[in-house]
Amino acid sequence: MSWTRDEMAARAAKELEDGFYVNLGIGIPTLVANHIPDGMNVTLQSENGMLGMGPFPYEGEEDADLINAGKQTITTLPKSSFFDSATSFAMIRGGHIDLTILGAMEVAENGDIANWMIPGKMVKGMGGAMDLVAGVKRCIALFDHTNKRGESKFLKECTLPLTGKNCIHMVITDLGVFDREHGQKRFRLRELAPDVTLDEVKTKTEANVVYE
Amino acid sequence: MGKVYKTAAEALDGLCHDGITVMSSGFGLCGIPENLIAALRDSGAKDITAISNNCGVDGFGLGQLLDTRQIRKMLSSYVGENKEFERQYLGGELELEFNPQGTLAERIRAGGSGIPAFYTKTGVGTVIAEGKEHKDFDGETYIMETGLKADLSIIKAWKGDAEGNLIFKATTRTFSPAMAMAGKVTVVEVDEIVPVGSLDPNFIHTPGIFVQRIIEAECEKRIERVTTREKTS
Repeated sequence: MSWTRDEMAARAAKELEDGFYVNLGIGIPTLVANHIPDGMNVTLQSENGMLGMGPFPYEGEEDADLINAGKQTITTLPKSSFFDSATSFAMIRGGHIDLTILGAMEVAENGDIANWMIPGKMVKGMGGAMDLVAGVKRCIALFDHTNKRGESKFLKECTLPLTGKNCIHMVITDLGVFDREHGQKRFRLRELAPDVTLDEVKTKTEANVVYE
Repeated sequence: MGKVYKTAAEALDGLCHDGITVMSSGFGLCGIPENLIAALRDSGAKDITAISNNCGVDGFGLGQLLDTRQIRKMLSSYVGENKEFERQYLGGELELEFNPQGTLAERIRAGGSGIPAFYTKTGVGTVIAEGKEHKDFDGETYIMETGLKADLSIIKAWKGDAEGNLIFKATTRTFSPAMAMAGKVTVVEVDEIVPVGSLDPNFIHTPGIFVQRIIEAECEKRIERVTTREKTS
């Protein structure tokens, strides 16, 4: 069985470390917040201008002036702080954020990522994604290994317009975990999801990955 | 003449004209100057270049100025919530320049700070970098981005005084402090105008020098995505 969305998020949460400042992208990455281990001090940044993002409010307690980057209502924590966009992106572009976990349409074997536009379709915009992949110390891409037609999204080369070049350090999909830590050029298969075979991963991966 | 005006229309009087470049604050519908956007619409100014992170939603926020065809060009980082935007853009009626959100914020901050350009890693190797100067610093490649200024900045704050000192609430702050600096004229709408001296100088976010006109006005404050959690007993 490949991992569910929630299991993918739980696996990504294992990459968190005590004291980390983390920015989570929209979609599956948002679910990582539900899997922060008890007792671990992780501070979530929301790029619209908040550190120390709290949980969603109870019904009736929503505040229109307090939202996250996905435009959802949220709450504060005792440690929270607010700031303006230039300061927020000074955190991101200045290398002060330890980790970002982002969704992806495509990731290439050299660490390129594409996650902001499909030519010919309506372009919504990159928001803060280009800043995050350019400035955050460690970038994890969290996405389904194949698209709806069963084609690999982990490719030799991205076909879509890039969000950033050579910036992804780890890939977590529904099939497994791949990393290229310590300055390595190629990704290496580190883990398989339960009951996923090496053959299945090889069949569904276009990228040139180290398997052993 | 003081900085305090009675209505949004009075506060924009004499400032709006065809071809104007306007910065408008907020992120999504959070922290947008609702009353000043409506007054800008009512001014009838056309061929507006609007600089704003988003373009509101259909019929609300800057979306209202799409319905009336007053916007010629948008500079934004994300415009995904607006069908009329999509229709006008795909129909070639509307120009669009995407900026990464951090680049947009820094361009505005730089523009208001007398910094004509700066270098950033954001966008290197992407379509954003095309046609821009590249330069290496300490072995890494950066692209040059230019500062942005506006004829008019319209922003939303929480509390302000007659001197133009402002504080912002929660996540409404976003682009407002930078836009206040980058506007030739900056007009602010606040939830509450308070007496001079009642804001603690230690906690003022935007000093009055960046603000030329201010009004007190009520906002609808729509929420785009109400998200709640279950109460566990």
